[in-house]
This record gives sequence, structure tokens and C-alpha cells, in this order.
Amino acid sequence: MKKTFELEDLDCAHCAAKMEEGIRKLDGVTSATVSYIAQKLVIEADDARFDEIMKEVVKVCRKVEPDCRILLK
Amino acid sequence: MKHLTRKQKKMLIRLIVAGIIFVPLFIIGHTHVMHDVPWYVAAPIFAVPYLIAGYDVLRKAFLNILHGQIFDENFLMCIATLGAFAVGEYPEAGEVMLLYQLGEFLQALAVGKSRRNITELMDIRPDYANALRGEEFVRVSPDEVAVGDIILVKPGEKVPLDGVVTEGTTNVDTAALTGESLPRVLNAGDEIVSGCINMSGAVKCRVTKPYGESTVAKILELVENASMGKAKSENFITRFSKYYTPIVVIIALLLGAVPPLFFGQDVGTWVKLALTCLVISCPCALVISVPLTFFGGIGGAARKGILIKGANRIEELARVQTVVFDKTGTLTNGRFSVTVVHPDSISEEELLYLAAAAECYSDHPISRSLALAYKKEIDRTQVQSVEEIAGHGVDAVIGGKRVLVGNEKLMRAQNVTFAPCKHVHHGTVVHVALDGVYAGHVEICDELKPDASDTIRLLKPRKTVILTGDRESVGKEVASRLGVDEVHCGLLPAEKVQKVEEYLVSKPQGTALAFVGDGINDAPVLSRADVGIAMGALGSDAAIEAADIVLMDDKPSAIVTAIRIAKKVRGIVRQNVIFSLAVKIGILVFELASTSSVGHSHMGLAAFADVGVLVLAVLNATRALRVKER
Repeated sequence: MKKTFELEDLDCAHCAAKMEEGIRKLDGVTSATVSYIAQKLVIEADDARFDEIMKEVVKVCRKVEPDCRILLK
Repeated sequence: MKHLTRKQKKMLIRLIVAGIIFVPLFIIGHTHVMHDVPWYVAAPIFAVPYLIAGYDVLRKAFLNILHGQIFDENFLMCIATLGAFAVGEYPEAGEVMLLYQLGEFLQALAVGKSRRNITELMDIRPDYANALRGEEFVRVSPDEVAVGDIILVKPGEKVPLDGVVTEGTTNVDTAALTGESLPRVLNAGDEIVSGCINMSGAVKCRVTKPYGESTVAKILELVENASMGKAKSENFITRFSKYYTPIVVIIALLLGAVPPLFFGQDVGTWVKLALTCLVISCPCALVISVPLTFFGGIGGAARKGILIKGANRIEELARVQTVVFDKTGTLTNGRFSVTVVHPDSISEEELLYLAAAAECYSDHPISRSLALAYKKEIDRTQVQSVEEIAGHGVDAVIGGKRVLVGNEKLMRAQNVTFAPCKHVHHGTVVHVALDGVYAGHVEICDELKPDASDTIRLLKPRKTVILTGDRESVGKEVASRLGVDEVHCGLLPAEKVQKVEEYLVSKPQGTALAFVGDGINDAPVLSRADVGIAMGALGSDAAIEAADIVLMDDKPSAIVTAIRIAKKVRGIVRQNVIFSLAVKIGILVFELASTSSVGHSHMGLAAFADVGVLVLAVLNATRALRVKER
């Protein structure tokens, strides 16, 4: 499943790069792109464990950029 | 103001408050009064504006160290400013922190503004559709309209879904999709494309595609995905900052440690230089401005009806030195029409009749153009037999008479004597013989697009090539009229792929090859070329899939615009990279010279220059969004 999430207060471009790297390393994530400019995260991950994976993703983001919030719809 | 996020509003207030407290302190700090103030009084006073402006930087640096993420810009800023406190440079510490935060704030504003600009440019998303529900038209979300439903589009509204006009006449403005400002006239039976704006009359349409598959949804998806794709130079910058920051820290350490330890220099002076080095180490100007430029370029191009699928495609496009065209549908309209009728022994009408009747069972574009030119209905009962001779034409019996319709080869094979036409042939010549006697010929042309020759001229000095399935004389004729460098005729689709591969091998090093097709039958070639450009893609899914660049309109001149945008983007990226690095190195050299000669470096000045570079680079990057009219 491929999904797009908006990011709020993602303030630096190389934080975005670090997030991307971290998310890609997560188990079950097929591909991930974090765009600082678009303030978006596009993630493709295992359908069955998607929600679980998203929790991990939120953790990774918090670790790299404490202020950035993923708007989970 | 209203576009600021909560965090940005808070930041703005913090900056203003910190500024108001800091400026008088800074002025006092540079007078001699300060020398008499003990450090335990001065440090806490200066710490107030410093903390107001930069407490979150300290917090982030601390958190990141806990998470094992050292060497980010927050960390560097902390060391630099806390270091300044440690060596007693309180005003400098506050100044650096304030300027750093101001720079970050301005950069967030600029990026937000660009993002909004582009979203506004691409404001083609329909909000509602007036769908027929029972007797009345009801406003519903475009998602809720099914294929086959009837919708009403009033003047001034966006067309919400793809469909066919069933009732009414109107003009639609396709500018948001194609960049073409001339409105299109639509009558009942015409296709209507979502994302256009209905200008004059109310029309009823039958929906042919669900919203998710409509043109507008596809374009929006494409543009959104495009801004996610990263260019090589973007990746380069991210990799670069990974090594750059540690290197700067090491240089700073060496600067702070070596001269005092080994050459007996003053510790404070050199530590301060080391801190200055950290201040300018932040690669923000590069890290922000490069992707911002690509984003602007993609947005500006989209406004012109040019969809570029990702930043990496911009880089390729800027390097294009060979442009290979598929002739039909790109440089020519792909619509054939009879231009010359030269009867020999019979009337013009009879000649057209014979040609059209003999070809009436064929679906070839040429046959259709003959039927179109004849205008009247053809009585097929009169056509007793038709035999198609591949590569030659047809041998038919019409009204009891033997009719040969075809090319010169057919005439020669059947021993029909004819005088070759003296007029210049632009197109395909169809000869007709009646009962073995030459009756005359008809010439059929595929019209050149009005901007085809301008396009070729503007593409010079790039090499231009035409590949066509047409015969030699037609291909060469078109090539020479347009001034195209090379032409290969009579190619089957597979041979086109082969030719493009040959050109890919022989192209000059470091350049790229673009293939321009109309998206029909050329998906393999589009994907093989460095840059695949599909034209006239309104409604053609295969082309949108296969190509790197999609021209919404069918004008070849958009290729020139696309290359111009790409080169501009590349130019801006280069300017920013060179400019920012040059200023940073310049500051470093200046501070080094200043420290070793007069024993003093200007940390605040360095921070000021650094923010200046950032603002200029970001402003320069926003230029990419604007595309000049020619």
C-alpha cells in the first residue's frame, strides 16, 4: 500500500534526508520519500502491518526532528 | 501572516522580543562600560535574549545527542555560541544565535511561499460536480459521480470529470492544463476534459471516466509525485553535508588547538576563530536552495502545460544535444488531406471518385483522406472486386472497369505509361489507371504543424533527427523543409528503437538524447531514450506512463520551452552552489587573516554574511518558478 502523509514543521532539509534514511531501514517498508519542499512523506509498506509500521515511522521522525508532526489522517 | 504555522508565529514573537532586548545590550556591549562589569553579571544578562531566541536549538541539540545524532546544525550552533560565552564574547553569542534563528525563519517562510505559489498554479482540482439525480442537478463531490452519469457544467465552472458533451455548445479554456490560451469550441458529441474552465455556455455531459482516472486527477498525481523525485545534484548535496559538517568540525578543532598548543599563540583568539568556523559551517543555503529551485522549475513548467516527472529529468533535459522526432503527430498533424488533383484523361471529380472507391474498404489514413476529399457517399455495390497488392496499392474492378490505384511501382509493374508530375511533391502521390490507361494522380499531404519549423530552428545547434515509417521522398521532403539534420525513412517500430539505440551510442559524451513521440506505439522508444517526451497527451494514458516529460498540448515548440526551463534551473543551482561556497571560503580566509594579523575575528559578521547568503540563494531559487513568455 502506498500512502502520502503531510508533515508539519519539518524545518530542515537534511533532517528530511535523515528521516527518509531511517524510515527506509524499517522492517516492512518497501520505499519511502520525505520531501522537505513539499512537506510530505510518501511511504509504501506492508499492507497487513501498515498501522504498526506507521507507529515506528512516527518514532523515527520524532528522533530526528522532535518538532515535526506527521498528520495521520 | 495568515499562512504562518503555529510554530512560525511563536518564532516570530520570540525573534521580536529577543531583538528588542538584545539590540541595546549589544550597543552597550561594544562600549568600554562592559570592561568594568564582572562576568557573573554580564553573562546572565546576555543569556536572556540568547535563550529567548535559541532555547529550542539547545533543546534539539541535546535531544539529538541522546538519540545518537550528533553533528547536525543545532549541535554546531550550540558549540559555537556556548563557546563564545565561555571565552567572554557575550554579545557575539547572542548575535550569532539571533541571526541563525532569523535565517531559519526566513527560509521557512520562503519555502512555504513557493509551495503555496505552485499549489495555486496547479489549482485545477474541481471542488464539486452538478450531477443529475432524478430530475434535478445536485452538487456532489466529483468522487461520487459514476461513469454514465449526466453532469451539468455552467459557465465559469471547472469541468469536474472527463466526458462527452451531450447537449449545448461552449468554449472551454484549457490554459491550466496546456498553457494554450486560445479557447476550444465544443459541440454536442465532442470530448470534454476535466480541469478545463467552461467559459461561455452551460453544457450537459455524460461522464466517461471515474474521478480517480480523470485527466485532472492524473495530472495532479503526476505533479505531486514529480516534486518527490530527487535530482542527482540534490542527492549530492545531502551526501555532501554528511561529510562536510564533520570536516568543518575537525578543521575548527585544529584551528582552536594547533596554534595555541604548538606555536604558543593566545588561546582565546584562536578558539574564537574556531567557533567562527563553526558558525559558517551550516550548509543551509545549499541544502534548501537546490531542491527549492527544482521544485520551482517543475511548477513553472506545469503552468506551461509541460509535466516533468521529477527533478532528475530536469538535469537530463538541460543536457540534451540530440533531439529525435517521430514525424507523424509531432512535427506534422498526422491528418492527411488531398492537396492536388491532376487528372489526365478524365474529370477531377471522376478521378477522385475512382481513387476513393477503390480504397473504400481500407482504413488507412490515406484512404480516409480520399473519401473525405470526394465528399459524396460512395456506392459500394459499384465496387465489384478489390485486391490489395502490398507495397503497391490496389487492383479493383469498379463499374465493370479495371481500376489501378497506387504508387509508381504499381504503374510500372502493370506497364502503365505515365509522365511523372513536374510539380514539387510534398506528400504521397497516388496514381490512377483506368483499363490500363493512365488517368491522373492525386497528391496527399500530411500538414506540418505551424510551429514545427520554428521549433527546429530554435533547437539548433542541437542535432535534430526524424524517424518515420513513411517512404523516403516524403520523409526527406519534410526534413529539408524544416531544416532537420538527419532523416531515416521506412522504419518499422522496432527499427525505430534500434536507430535510437545507435544514436545513444554515438551521441557526444556527457550529453543526453531526447525522443519526441505522439505517445502512440512508441512507448518502447520513449523509455529507451534519455529523455522521453510524449506530445498531445490530453487523454492518452500510455503516453503519460511511458514518458519522462509530457506535453499536454500538441505543439512541438513546448520542447524548446521545456529545455529553456531546464537550463535556467541548472543555471540557478550552479550559481547558488558556487556563490554559497565562495562566500563561506571567503569568510574563512578573511577571519583567518584577521586572526593571525590583528588577533581578532568577527563571529557576528560571519553569521551575518551566512544568513545573507542563505536569503540571497533562496530568493535566487524562487526565480525558477517564473517562466518568461517568448
